[in-house]
Amino acid sequence: MSPDAANGSLDAAEQGEDPAPPSRVFRKFLSIIKHASSILLTFIGLTAITFIIGRVMPADPVLAIVGDRASQDVYDAVYLQLGLDKPLIQQYLIYLSDITRGDFGTSIMTTRPVLDDIIRFFPATLELATIATFFGVILGIPMGVLAAVNQGRLIDHVIRIIGLFGYSVPIFWLGMVALLVFYAALGWLPGPGRIEVYYDGIVEARSGIILIDSALQGEWEIFWNALHHLVLPSAMLATFALAYIARMTRSFMLDQLNQEYILTARVKGLSESAVIWRHAFRNVLVQLITIIGLTYASLLEGSVLTETIFAWPGIGQYITTSLFNADMNAVIGGTVVVGFCFVGINVLSDILYRIADPRARE
Amino acid sequence: MSSPSESTDAGLKAWLLSDTPHSVTQARCQRLYLAWLAFAANPIAMLGLAIIVILVLMAAAAPLLTGGDGTEQALANRLQPPNGEHWFGTDELGRDIFDRIIWGARITLYIVGLVGIIVVPIGLLVGTVAGYVGGWVDIVLMRVTDIFLAFPRLILALAFVAVLGPGLENAVLAIALTTWSPFARIARAETLTIRNAEHILAARVQGASTARIILHHVTPLCLSSVIVRLTLDMAGIILTAAGLGFLGLGAQPPLPEWGAMISTGRQYMLDQWWVATIPGIAILVVSMGFNLLGDGLRDVLDPRSGGSS
Repeated sequence: MSPDAANGSLDAAEQGEDPAPPSRVFRKFLSIIKHASSILLTFIGLTAITFIIGRVMPADPVLAIVGDRASQDVYDAVYLQLGLDKPLIQQYLIYLSDITRGDFGTSIMTTRPVLDDIIRFFPATLELATIATFFGVILGIPMGVLAAVNQGRLIDHVIRIIGLFGYSVPIFWLGMVALLVFYAALGWLPGPGRIEVYYDGIVEARSGIILIDSALQGEWEIFWNALHHLVLPSAMLATFALAYIARMTRSFMLDQLNQEYILTARVKGLSESAVIWRHAFRNVLVQLITIIGLTYASLLEGSVLTETIFAWPGIGQYITTSLFNADMNAVIGGTVVVGFCFVGINVLSDILYRIADPRARE
Repeated sequence: MSSPSESTDAGLKAWLLSDTPHSVTQARCQRLYLAWLAFAANPIAMLGLAIIVILVLMAAAAPLLTGGDGTEQALANRLQPPNGEHWFGTDELGRDIFDRIIWGARITLYIVGLVGIIVVPIGLLVGTVAGYVGGWVDIVLMRVTDIFLAFPRLILALAFVAVLGPGLENAVLAIALTTWSPFARIARAETLTIRNAEHILAARVQGASTARIILHHVTPLCLSSVIVRLTLDMAGIILTAAGLGFLGLGAQPPLPEWGAMISTGRQYMLDQWWVATIPGIAILVVSMGFNLLGDGLRDVLDPRSGGSS
């Protein structure tokens, strides 16, 4: 990221000496083309990897898709549909065109199209990851700043230890311990699941996110129940998010605080809080965009284990249960969708970074 | 009585700290010694090192520390709470959890060691070749690296294991496939900074082949950043392996893999907390150890970070 930014500012400096507006526009156009093609290549690469995993590596890809109890007719139909009699490159093109049409095949477990399943399961993961990222941000950033400002003091060590714990702890184990303490022993919070069974199906699923659906329909009892169910799983994911964000904030903040413009601001007689928040932190905030994007993307994926522990009907649980039922279409479909979201969020945070940081705008 | 050893100590110290090293070996030893002094001055990094050393010793001395190989069942003793005879209690088949933790240290080291052995050469090769050769080779190799970087790790590992079938070796392979890409990036970045350095140019003028330059002149200079990154990644590798083990996709029973132990302990969580809790603490401690060690190594080996983290 920073070498890019440095190049950008260098280019701008060169152009300042030699004003040539058309070439500037042309260069900008070229850089957009370059970025777009690199993103496109990444997506194509993703599909190539999943193609290799799903179609090339299994000894019999048809068997992996239809299961071993399928009749010969079904087997033959899928064999032809995948184009397994054709050369590999043609098979890949068929696969690619299927994906672009949103066709990930049918799941043997649910007998529905994989895309429909994913649309049903995805909101639960989105809900969990969004809330966890939110808490990771509003707790992690102040902690990181606090640690950097008090570098070497007790509060810094405490925050570093919390951070160390957050990215060293096996999240599935932490979830089990939390359930043992807060659900089984203390009874403060509800157990696994997204909502109590007797509330299930009362609110109509419009967005699929129970908090939004129940609030829109005025079902506050259900809203509170869903909120209580969210506390433990999102706290587990937030632990990781918080640790990562606090660590990066601290390190970025220290970089800024050691720079000369901070010294200038102090010499000028600015108050310490103005130096920290208005000068140093504003530069850190730009860098944090990328970190927050990265956290959000990794939580979408990292929820696999948390969803298993908390019986959370999200995309991670969908992928793991499909995996145990040897439902290859569902596994590959889920992998592609999560991969696309992962790349998409990173691209988005990269664009936001370029908008927010004038040095990277070229 | 102790004066002879003191004098040799002093001699050794003088040799290590002398301002005018007389041989390449002496200069190398001096550099290592100074790095060690800087590292040893950091108590937190030393704590990390101590944890890893204990882990290695535990794994090495497993047959001495335990009665068997951690898989003997004693159904009469099942689910005993921690006591004088079974320090960490016993599991659902009456196996001693302390023994299994110690034998599990071997599996953990086996996983991180094997992943490291696969990942570092691949990353170094891809990164140094891309950085040194440049041009189309660079573009193609880095595009492939970026695709692997862009892919979510655990999900990719899951998909690989789904096809390859569950098992320790396949889990290692899946983790390695998802871990090598950052090393290629680091090696390339290092190579770019040194490819036009004078000693590289000198080697080229002397007629050294590209392969020789990459292998003998570029790669050694990339090693320190790669090792720091590997140490920091070890924690992530352990957590991914434990996650796969927990899902039943890693090491298979009766192997005492810590993640799998948590998974079986899950059904006894409410009444026999120790079965699942203790392996989790083991994972936490070891992955903390690697993180502490990695932070300390980075402060010593990578002066650019300036100990800012």
